Amino acid sequence: MEVPILKQGPYLIASVQSALADAEMVQLRDALVDKVGRFRSRGVIVDVTVLDVVDSFATRTLRDLAHMIRLRGAETVIVGIQPEVAFAMVQLGLTLEGVGTALDLEEGLAFLDLKTQQVE
Amino acid sequence: MPDHPTNTAPLEGPVHGSPRPETLTEGGEHIIRIESEADIVNARQMGRTLGAEVGFRPGELALIATAISELARNIVLYAGRGEIALLQIAEGSRRGLMIAARDQGPGIQDLTQAMRDGFSTSGGLGLGLPGVKRLMDEFGITSAPGRGTTVTGKKWKR
Repeated sequence: MEVPILKQGPYLIASVQSALADAEMVQLRDALVDKVGRFRSRGVIVDVTVLDVVDSFATRTLRDLAHMIRLRGAETVIVGIQPEVAFAMVQLGLTLEGVGTALDLEEGLAFLDLKTQQVE
Repeated sequence: MPDHPTNTAPLEGPVHGSPRPETLTEGGEHIIRIESEADIVNARQMGRTLGAEVGFRPGELALIATAISELARNIVLYAGRGEIALLQIAEGSRRGLMIAARDQGPGIQDLTQAMRDGFSTSGGLGLGLPGVKRLMDEFGITSAPGRGTTVTGKKWKR
C-alpha cells in the first residue's frame, strides 16, 4: 500500500497507514526525496504512529531518508514512534542518530518551524 | 516493558476475532515459509495473531513481532530461504509462544562473535542476534557451517 504524501505549505507530510514491506519503505524514501524538489519543500514529516514494528531495515531506511532529504536542502522529522516500538528499538540497538524525532504531528510541525527558521 | 497506553495506534494485521492467515501446520507448529522480504510481514502478522491468542498484551506483541521480523530478515539476508515456525506453548500454568527460525543456509562460522553486540556481516542490516535475545525470555542457537542455522526463542506471558 502506497503511503499518501500531503503538501502542507512548505512541508510534506507522509502518513504511514499500515505495516510496510521493505520495498514499500524504499518507495516512500524515493518518493519523498523526489517530491521535496518538485514542491520545493523546506521540511518533511514522516508519521509512523501506526507502525508497531520498526526493525533494522525500517530504521536504516528512515535514517537514509532523513539524510537524503537533508542533502536536498530540507529537514526531516519522524513522528509518532510508540513506546513499545521505542523499547524494542533500544533492545535491538537501533538508533535514529542525527534524525529529528517528535512526539506527534503537532510537535513535528513545531520542530520544522524552528529548524527551517534557522535556515532562513 | 513499558505499559501500553490506551491511545495507541491500530495494530498491524489481524488480532482479535479475525481468521488466521493460511499457514502450514505441523504438530501444532505454524510454519511460514520465508523466501523473500515480502514474507517477513506475513511472519510477524502470524506471530501477532498467535501471540494475541495466548493473551500477550499489545506491547508484548510488538516485541514478539519485532523479534520475528529480525529473525525472518536474517533468513532472507544470509540463507536466502528458510522458515519461521511458531508454537503456542504451556509449562505448568504459564503460557507462551515459541519462535523458531530455521534455514539450510551457510551457517554461522563463529557463534560467539555473532552473539556479540554490533556484529554484522551485511553492513549493519539484520543479524542483531543479541538484540533478539534481549527481546525474548529464552534464547538458543545452533548452527553448523554449510548446514544451516536454527534460532529458537521463547516468550512467556507475564
